Amino acid sequence: MSPRLRTTLLLAPATVWLLAMLVLPLVVVAVFSFGERAAAGGYSAAFSLENFANLGTRWAAFKNTLMLAPAGTVLCLLIAYPLAYFLAVRADPKWRTLLLILVIVPFWTSILIRSYAWIYLLGGQGVPKLVGLLGFGSPRLVNTPFAVLIGIVYGYLPLMVFPIFVSLERLDKRLLEASADLGSPPWRSFLQVTLPLSMPGVATGCMLVFILLMGEFLIPAMLGGGKVFFVGNALVDLFLQSRNWPFGAAVAVALVVIMLVTVTAYMRLTRRWAGGRDDVSLM
Amino acid sequence: MRVYALAVYLFLYIPIGVIAVFSFNAGRYAAQLQGFSTQWYGKALANPFVMEALQTSATVAASSALLATIAGTLAALALQGVGGRPRMIFDALLYIAVMVPGIVIGISTLIALVTLFDWLNPMIASLWPVAGTAPQLHLGTGSLIAAHGLFAMALVVIIVRARVAGMDRSLIEASADLGATPFGTFRQVTLPQIAPAILAGFLLSFTFSFDDFIIAFFVAGSETTLPIYVFSSIRRGVTPEINAIGTMVLAVSLMVLILAQTILRRGGVRAPEE
Repeated sequence: MSPRLRTTLLLAPATVWLLAMLVLPLVVVAVFSFGERAAAGGYSAAFSLENFANLGTRWAAFKNTLMLAPAGTVLCLLIAYPLAYFLAVRADPKWRTLLLILVIVPFWTSILIRSYAWIYLLGGQGVPKLVGLLGFGSPRLVNTPFAVLIGIVYGYLPLMVFPIFVSLERLDKRLLEASADLGSPPWRSFLQVTLPLSMPGVATGCMLVFILLMGEFLIPAMLGGGKVFFVGNALVDLFLQSRNWPFGAAVAVALVVIMLVTVTAYMRLTRRWAGGRDDVSLM
Repeated sequence: MRVYALAVYLFLYIPIGVIAVFSFNAGRYAAQLQGFSTQWYGKALANPFVMEALQTSATVAASSALLATIAGTLAALALQGVGGRPRMIFDALLYIAVMVPGIVIGISTLIALVTLFDWLNPMIASLWPVAGTAPQLHLGTGSLIAAHGLFAMALVVIIVRARVAGMDRSLIEASADLGATPFGTFRQVTLPQIAPAILAGFLLSFTFSFDDFIIAFFVAGSETTLPIYVFSSIRRGVTPEINAIGTMVLAVSLMVLILAQTILRRGGVRAPEE
């Protein structure tokens, strides 16, 4: 067997799978977005831009997503950076691997069960009761944007910590010694050496979290109680309840286009001041 | 710094702990602790809906992980010898498979398969020899396996490829010089080196499929996976039984993950460092 034929045969199953279950469905969605809703729901063939013209009726979902996704990303970053710094620079090397695994493991466990845990914690008998005991009244937490943000940080923190950790760990420690020898106080070394050199990790982490947040459904569905909904929630409604497939397809296309535009713009921007990007790695 | 790290770890693990503690709650009401009991585990395991969902989830996770591992490993091996445009296209497809939100994958798979089936079913029926007995294609276990396996396969390619790239090439050349056939070299030299990555890829694929809610929500048809069951139960209200199921699901994923991590790390130590 020639090497070329062997390569083709080895690649065939994966390629067929990618074409049938990824490329074909995405093409179908793009085609459907120009169609019309059939009388009984579903799709009937047509070419119209009406679905896209109607996107404004779902503006609230887009607005929430475009506000809470960046807010959640920034919040994740603010909480993740000090932890990544601790793990990469301060933590005892003997424990480093274990501590890192402890951060990553929750990301791979059921986000459904983990969000559900917060319904518990933020519900009437949980945090509000504790706050009430301290004499601040008992605030309503479940079904608020605040609850959704907590769920987001809880769900996606590991994804932010890991790339920042990798870039901090790779950092050449001699640069910090040089900076100290030249008379910089630690905070200045941090601002002028550590922080700029960890930017590739920050950029990767933010991108990963932002992308996943744009398509989020579960966290707002569980912790937003129908009041805080994302585009994902609108999609579930359109496909599974009102069965308006063409309009749903147009919403999905709009979501992907917004994602592509923001991510491309963001990558251009970060390349300029970060000089390249770390490899995306989820493990 | 230490205190801060501790606080973040508490933030990550307290909610999981709360679920686990409340799953052993003797009381009927989910919100108040009333003594220790394992009754909710018994109730959950005796619930036919739970057991059926568990069986579906396990079947789908095992099949999709197995198929994804085979297809993904073959592709990762083949990609060593692929460059230029085909490589670029394949990489782009992998990237899309990992990066497109699960919800978009879910809805597009749903409408593509339903449209395809609506088109194929009458055709099969007209070609079938005995009228009225033709099989009907529909969403279910098959579509779940195909959709979960897609993401899992991309994951396996990425993990195994990294390992293939870090492999000691001189061993392969030595094996060939000593007269081994390509298959013999693969079995005795390459496979032992990449085995940890393959196994880790399989385990991660399994957990992904076992825990996935959003893709399954769209492509499961009339089947119910465990996450779908839990989601619809939560909508009806929080019960200790859900806590018990949730704790079991978390325990399974944790065990599989720790196994995967151990295998990956240990494999990493054996790899040539430079």
